[in-house]
Amino acid sequence: MNRQAVRLTVNGKPWHGEVPTRLTLVDCLREEVGLTGTHVGCEHGVCGACSVLLDGEPVRSCLMFAVQADGRAITTVEGLAAPDGALSPLQDAFWECHALQCGYCTPGMLIAAHALIARNPAPSDGDIREALAGNLCRCTGYQQIVDAVRLARRRMGEVPP
Amino acid sequence: MSEYRYVGRKRRTKEDRRFITGLGRYVADVTLPGMSHVALVLSPHPAARIGAIDTAAALALPGVQAVVTGAEIARHTNPILHGLALPGVRWYPLAVGQVRYVGEWVVAVVAASRHIAEDAAELVRVDYEPMAWVGDPEAALAPGAPLVHPDHGSNLFYRRTFVWGDVAGDFAKAHHRLASKVYWGRSATVPIETFGVVANWNRGNDLLDVWASIQMPKYPDQMAHCLRLPLNAIRVHYDVDVGGSYGVKRGIKHSVLVGYLARKLLMPVRLIEDRLENMVGGDMHGPDRRFDVTLAFDADGLIRSMKMRALDDIGCYPGRSPLQLAKPVGAIVGPYRIQSVEYEAVAVATNKTSQVAVRGFGQAPTNYAIETAIDRVAAHLGMDRLAVRRRNFIQSHEFPYRIPSGTDYDSGDYDAVLTKTVARAKLEALIARRDALRAEGRLAGIGFATCLEPSGGNGAFEPLFNPANDTTTWMESCQVKVDALGGVTATIATSTAGQGHQTLVATVTGEELGFDPDCIRVVHADSLQALPGNSPVASRMAIMLGGAAAGAARQIKERVLAIAAHNLQRPVDRLVYREGAVFDLDNELRTLNWAELVRIAHRKYHQMPPGMEPGLQASYVWEVPKGGTMPTADGRVQMYPCYSFECHIALVEIDRGTGQVAIRDWFMGHDCGTVINPDIVHGMSYGGIAHGIGAALYEEFAYDENGQLVAGSFVDYLLPSVHEIPEIALVDHCTPSPLTPMGQKGSGESGYLGAPAAVASAVNDALSPLGITIDRLPMHPSRIEQALADKRADMGEREGP
Ligand code: FES
Ligand code: FES
Repeated sequence: MNRQAVRLTVNGKPWHGEVPTRLTLVDCLREEVGLTGTHVGCEHGVCGACSVLLDGEPVRSCLMFAVQADGRAITTVEGLAAPDGALSPLQDAFWECHALQCGYCTPGMLIAAHALIARNPAPSDGDIREALAGNLCRCTGYQQIVDAVRLARRRMGEVPP
Repeated sequence: MSEYRYVGRKRRTKEDRRFITGLGRYVADVTLPGMSHVALVLSPHPAARIGAIDTAAALALPGVQAVVTGAEIARHTNPILHGLALPGVRWYPLAVGQVRYVGEWVVAVVAASRHIAEDAAELVRVDYEPMAWVGDPEAALAPGAPLVHPDHGSNLFYRRTFVWGDVAGDFAKAHHRLASKVYWGRSATVPIETFGVVANWNRGNDLLDVWASIQMPKYPDQMAHCLRLPLNAIRVHYDVDVGGSYGVKRGIKHSVLVGYLARKLLMPVRLIEDRLENMVGGDMHGPDRRFDVTLAFDADGLIRSMKMRALDDIGCYPGRSPLQLAKPVGAIVGPYRIQSVEYEAVAVATNKTSQVAVRGFGQAPTNYAIETAIDRVAAHLGMDRLAVRRRNFIQSHEFPYRIPSGTDYDSGDYDAVLTKTVARAKLEALIARRDALRAEGRLAGIGFATCLEPSGGNGAFEPLFNPANDTTTWMESCQVKVDALGGVTATIATSTAGQGHQTLVATVTGEELGFDPDCIRVVHADSLQALPGNSPVASRMAIMLGGAAAGAARQIKERVLAIAAHNLQRPVDRLVYREGAVFDLDNELRTLNWAELVRIAHRKYHQMPPGMEPGLQASYVWEVPKGGTMPTADGRVQMYPCYSFECHIALVEIDRGTGQVAIRDWFMGHDCGTVINPDIVHGMSYGGIAHGIGAALYEEFAYDENGQLVAGSFVDYLLPSVHEIPEIALVDHCTPSPLTPMGQKGSGESGYLGAPAAVASAVNDALSPLGITIDRLPMHPSRIEQALADKRADMGEREGP
């Protein structure tokens, strides 16, 4: 089996290893890097459970090989909170609004929402739905997820006194 | 204002934090040193005799540890139990002798990695001799039809006609009779996490450790039976987070297979289905039902009687599926005062993957059939659809209300919930909007559904359909322990698939003890530590686990009061417990606080009441309310104890060109008694509606003329995204149940039980100006488009060139 060296920056920390060339990025993150927060739902690019940020852009980590990410920076759900463990405003809003049930789609939803807020800090409701449309959730009917992103939008827009 | 301090209040859940930080622990996150991986060889044929199986090439691949066939499995395990007594129907994890559907597992390959296992699976050569097969359930019943299980001698797995009340007399009396036929297509809950299981045979202790993505009553019992092990040689770890289930995560064949392999190979083995394995051969499809419903009714809309025939294509192995025809017996008249019912339930085997429990256990299809029939009565009489419903609603003063099939409904106020929802929806204005859209030439419709969610789950459907089964015990349990420093820990006997059991138990325990639920720890026992329970099926945990937690917490209070009585030298009835402390009613200064009470219990035996057990702990095992009765000979039975009500009002618009249905507005009135955590209940309702919209419009496990499943991925099996699901308005109402400690009822299936009926009602309302009726779910855009095209062609023909 062909193996190849890969260097990644994962949640700000360098990682390197030698992996089979056919190893997908999601399997690499879960099995080699040891970060199991990123989930696998379909392995064919539809559900979005495997979403991560690749140099800040959301990608489906089931659709690319680890070796393709060589030299790139990856953010997974484990990297969304501050280094001191403080939740990101989106994470906190997800908790506040109970934007999840089983939690399986949640890492992907959070990644999609973070990517949205990063490029558009004041998204409209339509923008929010558009940004989440590539991620499937079977538990929530999406409503509390949309509510959570709205809440985070509102809180982030608030100017501290 | 509520009498409760924590129950019913908006509170953050206990579970969410680990999920938003990526720290959940699902079965795929369980890794054991030296773990092997399973891949499967799937049947390409709907029916074929299995000839030689050549495993040599697979075994020769480096890293492959074993290649196992059905013949081996059949030698070493017992067939998987199913709900009915069906001689000659033997269900094993791997096909034995013949395959019966496309996707059936034939060979299991175990290897050092899933990659290698998949490579090796491709090298396995199986000789098949194709056999005649049958995919249509009506054809399967015809004489001379190919037999799915030749040894059984028939494809009919179950048939019984129940008659409750004077059906003939009521039909004779009624002014009108109206027959309708509807079809509920094959779909399922399709969680985003597939099924997975990890097992390890612990040689030092002769113990099989199991981690599984499971939601299943008596799961360890069934594994023990199949693996020929004592029940106490199996330890199921219920602390695995389950990535969604809504009924389907049964995985019994997966678990028997992996359990067998782990023991055979003396190494940890894991099987995580990939999406295709899950869809074609995971045995997780849901009901696939044809209904014939005839209502007998009067000119004023009063419905006197109903005849229903439900024919279910259950696929190849019975599993839980025939029983999904039995559960609706407990709500067979919906929320209506129908006096008599004839119900014919027919379960037919075909060469398709097996059915499993799906959210509502057969009730959503039945509700769809009833609601469609009601809409047609309204159309027939030229009456308002809601007026017909109101004309027949059971009234709030009539509870407990016994329906013809012998079940008592506990409580409800259907009229009030509907009235509230109509007001919230501003129905008049909604109708005006629909009519305005129609005036612009658009296809717009409003749908209604008023349905019940039976909850609290007992298994009364089992003895009803299988007299050999006399199980009437459906308990749930909880242990509450106060540690030496006064901390409270509750232990529950089940895994959780998003229902928030930790929050539920912490809230109820906190309410009873007067402690902030955030301070109460809730842990999942493993199956050896756990007290008996029946898992979170059948919308039962708010009732049953909530009830068990309340029971245990109340015992803690009793013990604390007894300790205080002894130490304060006061009679118990002059003492009161408040937030951990005990006060003397006659002298508020005489009190013992929590720390003192706990210290006495744990450290000062000399201050304990004589004979009292040291420490401070309680267990409570609660039998389901109204449980413990067997069905009568004519098939009357008390099914589930509690009945939640939901009513839907939806406005939809159909694109004339594409047949796409866009949902513009959705309102759901919901009465599930006392709500423990509003966010959790609302979330389940939103999710249930979304799932119902999927089942009504998009999702279908269709098979082609060659018996091949044509929806094996998320590209062809369409789960609704946020684009397809509208903003939903929920309207809460509370009619407490008299049967539960806090008046709670179930809500885990809410939304789903009425949403498909409401979509169908709305689509048909939209199409009614064209004289089109669609009586088949899902109402795919293509199906609607076809109906519209047919209509145009038809009109064109009639108008002539
Ligand atoms: S697992 Fe990657 S999109 Fe579904
Ligand atoms: S929270 Fe379960 S799939 Fe989204």
